[in-house]
Parts: sequence; structure tokens; C-alpha cells
Amino acid sequence: MIKKLAITAVTALGLSTGGVFAAGGEQHIEDFAFSFEGPFGKFDQNQLQRGLQIYTEVCSACHGMQYVYFRNLADEGGLGYSEDQARAYAENFEVWDPELSDGDGDFRTATPADHFPANTAAGAPDLSLMAKARAGFHGPYGLGINQAVRGMGGAEYIASILTGYTGHEKEENNVTFYENTAFPGGWISMAPPLVGEDVEYADGHSNDLHHEAMDVSAFLMWAAEPKMMARQQAGFIGVFSLLILSVLLYLTNKRIWAPIKKRAKSGEA
Amino acid sequence: MSGIPHDHYEPKSGIEKWLHSRLPVVGLLYDTLMIPTPKNLNWMWIWGIVLTFCLVLQIITGIILAMHYTPHVDMAFASIEHIMRNVNGGHMMRYVHMNGASLFFVAVYAHIFRGLYYGSYKAPREVTWIIGMLIYLCMMGTAFMGYVLPWGQMSFHGTAVITGLFGAIPGIGEAIQTWLLGASAVGQPALNRFFSLHYLLPFVIAGLVVVHIWAFHSTGNNNPTGVDVRKDSKAVAEKDTLPFWPYFVIKDVFALAVIMLIFWAIVGFMPNYLGHPDNYIEANALVTPAHIVPEWYFLPFYAILRAFTADVWAVQLVSFVTGGIINAKFFGVLAMFGAIAVLALAPWLDTSSVRSGRYRPMFKWWFVLLVIDFFVLMWVGARPAEFPYDWISLIASAYWFAYFLIILPLLGVIEKPEAQPATIEADFDAHYGAKAETPAE
Repeated sequence: MIKKLAITAVTALGLSTGGVFAAGGEQHIEDFAFSFEGPFGKFDQNQLQRGLQIYTEVCSACHGMQYVYFRNLADEGGLGYSEDQARAYAENFEVWDPELSDGDGDFRTATPADHFPANTAAGAPDLSLMAKARAGFHGPYGLGINQAVRGMGGAEYIASILTGYTGHEKEENNVTFYENTAFPGGWISMAPPLVGEDVEYADGHSNDLHHEAMDVSAFLMWAAEPKMMARQQAGFIGVFSLLILSVLLYLTNKRIWAPIKKRAKSGEA
Repeated sequence: MSGIPHDHYEPKSGIEKWLHSRLPVVGLLYDTLMIPTPKNLNWMWIWGIVLTFCLVLQIITGIILAMHYTPHVDMAFASIEHIMRNVNGGHMMRYVHMNGASLFFVAVYAHIFRGLYYGSYKAPREVTWIIGMLIYLCMMGTAFMGYVLPWGQMSFHGTAVITGLFGAIPGIGEAIQTWLLGASAVGQPALNRFFSLHYLLPFVIAGLVVVHIWAFHSTGNNNPTGVDVRKDSKAVAEKDTLPFWPYFVIKDVFALAVIMLIFWAIVGFMPNYLGHPDNYIEANALVTPAHIVPEWYFLPFYAILRAFTADVWAVQLVSFVTGGIINAKFFGVLAMFGAIAVLALAPWLDTSSVRSGRYRPMFKWWFVLLVIDFFVLMWVGARPAEFPYDWISLIASAYWFAYFLIILPLLGVIEKPEAQPATIEADFDAHYGAKAETPAE
């Protein structure tokens, strides 16, 4: 027992060298510098618009985004489109409306009130919440310090996946897997969706792989958390108000207790 | 209500007298609010107010969330997203409720460990302690069932694991599990009843909280010295106490404001920090998450559950003696519930006549170790069940039981306590410098 205790203690100490953990997986998540990180972060409108373009031209071929509505494109704290622009974007889509044709259902042009299509044709997961459903950062040793300091890293995870292909492939049971340094286990079934210069940005922004990956990841962060800017603003207002309230209550408390403490000091009852 | 002599409500105007002779509700509120409170209470006595606030916060945000939530396996996940995206202020409401559960547990653990250190569980406050433990159990039930409602991956598979614990009971386990879930597996019946109970239990907690407050208002508060308030007369009692209003209400509300400031910063800037990303994936019975991890506040007991594997000699011994009826899985379940049971039994396991840990030189260190042990268990509960974590969790679990079953009873016999102050007044005066030597706080 004592010997095992000693082994446990020694190993626990040895963990701090990090050697044990590196063996768990070679997952590498790059810490991209996104504009929306931290309490003072803001979504970059232009970046979100570029990200939507990549989503539309590339991702949506296989993925859906069913919890996001076209009207959200005109929401405050997001892409900053006008309602007309959101409507124009929606009109690119056809949706199935079960109430048309006397209840038989028919296709019609989408309106801002419709959501992005769900798309499970290729077995690809829905992207509405992807940026919140993955964590880029962990540890060290399950202590959660990295996530506290650098954020959950959902967007970083997506960007790292998109830039993490090594070019190696393997086939198992007629399924092709692609080596990816960011994917747990190292092999992902999604073929590299971006290689750089996949889209032509209207604003002339660089369209190399790194920037494309960041743009679409930022867009997916917005898609997962469209109210982030409103939430952070509420955070500031709340923290500021509570700070003032705390100071006032501190002074009130001090004032109320002063005569009691003074009496205690003088030794009187 | 209190055993400490103090002023009572006197109805003055005609209408006050009219009401008071029919329903003395104003008198009840007056006596509750003006209860004589030991004036030397330190900052660890603020958690009660924080907990009351949490309960109200969770009930209010919960009622609003329930207006927009749909307890159906095909719609629950989408209805949460509806709240997050389409309901006015819904995202804040939901994040407050979600993180409010964490604040609730931070406060309850601080409150429990406060009680453990200052001996608040000892006579005559055993009933207060037991009611508190019932509240804690109800809180765990409520939190667990609430976590199921978003119908994410962790909700679904966590439910399967936890209800599976009941399945470990020999003979009748499977029947109990089926009865709990309303089906042989987690599905619509489970979701529906968990929603129903998640809405019910907070009101049970509210009722228990009233009894909890009633109980300690009957005995009077404990205090950092553990010395009783002198009850000879009102004048003497007033040397040891101050009325709850305004002295402690303002103090507690100040502390609450500071805690809310931190809480609000978490809600505003990192609302998903304490959650698990997998719960943003809709429940899918066919895909099991790589690591099923409960919420942080369950981790210490989850660690104890997992610590007792089949290769532990104690488990093998028990299994052999019981002819295999108590296998490793059932042993783990018993250990987990036992870990809470020993906590509830603390009033009868602690043999020391001294209440406050402040005057118990040996107890102090064992208590510090218990707090560290609690955090180690919390940490190891989320680690994979492999070497060295299996050993760490086994040792930490063993200490948890040793503290309550061996150390607490033994210390009362072998420990020589230090001198306690004669009165609360003496402690208070000493602290504020009436004498040269101020006792360390």
C-alpha cells in the first residue's frame, strides 16, 4: 500500500512535466487572434460577411444551418446587412412550404422569416452551433485554466481543422480519411473543403487559406452566438451597476457598524 | 420564535391591532427580521442570504424559461435555441439560469464547509443541519433533472449513466430504473417527468428553507466562537447580539452585491465556461460522447462513485462476504450515497464538546485536509479513469470517509482544546481592539 502510495505521488508530480499527456493525442489547435475574443471583443462585420460568402459557396454544399434565420443577417451586432439585403439573400433559396397547393405542399422562394436549409445529405453535421459544440482548448490536467484565459476556443477549433490537413489520405472500408492535425484521432472523413483562393472576396481581402479559415470560423461563431454583442453589453452595464451598488453598500455597512465597533474598542458595553 | 429574549412586535394603530388579533403575520415578519444575531459573525455567514437569493433567482428565471420550453424529445433542443435566438432577452435569461445553478452550488458548498468548521451542526442545531442536508439533496436532484432538459448529448448520456446507478441495486435495480425513466431507456417519458419534477422540487426546497430558518431561529445562530449567546435577560443578550436588521441585512446584501458582480461578469463574458460543449449537440442515442462528465458540482461524488473498482481489495472483500450481491458497481453507488450520508451524520460522529474549529488545534488541520480533499475529488472526477487518477481518487475517497468515520470521533477524545472566550461580547471586543492582543481571524 505504502509503495503504491509513493508511486502515485511520484507519478502525480511527474505529470507536471507534461510527458504523459502528450501521448494522449497529437491534436494541435492554433490560437487564432479573433476580433470577438475577450470582454472587449467585437465581431468584425466585414469578416462575418466574408464568412457568409464562404459558407454559402463552400460549406453549404454538405452542411446545413437550421437554427439560423435569414432575418438574422440584418440583426444588430452581426453582419450588419439591411433588411433588403437579407431579403435578397433569402431569395436565393427555395423552401418547402407544406401549406401551399391546398395542403399538398410546394416549393416557394424563401423569405427573411425562413431559416437556412438543414442539409444532412452528406451526413455532415449542422453548423448552427458548431462553434459552441467544440472546445479548442483544454487543461492543463483538467484544471480549465486554458479555457479561462484563452476562451473555449470553438472558433479556433474550426479554423484549425480547416488549416490542419497534412495532405495524407487513407482508406478504410471504402471510406477515405484525411489526416488532420486538429482532429481528435488525427483522421477526419471530411475532404479538405478549403485550399486557399476558393472564393473571390468583393472587398479584395486576402483569400489565402489562413484568412478564409478565420473568416468562416468567425461567421460560425456568430451563427452559434448571434447575441454575443448584446450579451457583452449587458455584462458591462451589469458589472458597472453592481460595482456602484457594492461601493454604496460597503459605505452604508461601514457607517451602520461604526458606533458598534467604536463601543467595542472603548471597552464599553 | 427565538429562545433569545428580545423586543416583540407591538401593534399600535387600530388597523394593526385588528389584523394582529386575527393573523399575527406582521409580528412574525418583525420577529424574523429583528432576530438577535451574534455580533461577531464573520464573512462566512453571508452564504445563507446568497442561497436564498439563488433560489429566488432560479425560480423566477426558470418560470420564464418554462414559458418557452417544449419538453419533447424532438423539440426540446430546438426550443432552447428558440429561447437563445428569438425570445426577447431569452439568451440572458437562459445563461443566468444555467450559471445560476453553479452559483447556487458554490454558495451551498461554502455554507456547508462553514458549518463543518465552526461546528454549526452540533447540538442544539442537529435538526437545522439535517434539514439543510435535505435541501442539498433536493438541490442535487433539481440540478440533475434540469441538466437533462436541453436534451443535448451530455444531458442524454449523463441521464443514462446516473439512472443506471439505480440499475446497479441487486435484484430490483432494473425494475427501479425502468420505473424512474418510465421506460427501459432514456426517452420521452423521462424527459417529461424530469421537466415536471424540475419545476416541482424548487418549491419543495422553498418549503424546506422556511423550516431550516425556523429551526436556527429557534436555537439562535451559531457564531465563529461557537460560544452560546447569554440568555439571562434582554439586557444581557443585547451585549452579545445585534438585531438582524439592519446590521446583518446590509452586511449580507453588500456581500451579495460583490458576488453578483463576479457572477454577472461570468454570465456576460464567459457564460459557457462551466458548461460542456457536447451539450450543444442534440441528443443522439447512437453516438456516445468520448467522456461523459457530470457538471462540476457533482464531480466530488462522481469521483467517489468511480473510485471503487473491482480491483480494490475492500470491494473484493465485500463482494466475497456478500456472495457477489454487492459487486463493484453497487459498491460504488453505496459509497457515493454513503459519502453524503456521513456528512449528514456529522452531528453524531463528532464527539468533541467544543463547537468551533478555531479552538481545536488538531481538528483545524484535518479540516483543511478535508477541504483540499474535496477539491482533489472534484478535479479527479473529471479525469479519465486511468492511472494515476484511479489511485488519487481512491485515496481521496478514503480520506473523505476517514474524516467522518474515524477522525471526527477520535479527535473528540484525544484532542486538547484551547481556551474559548467567555462570551461573544469578549470575542467581539477583543477583535476590535479593546485589548492589546487581537485573536487571529
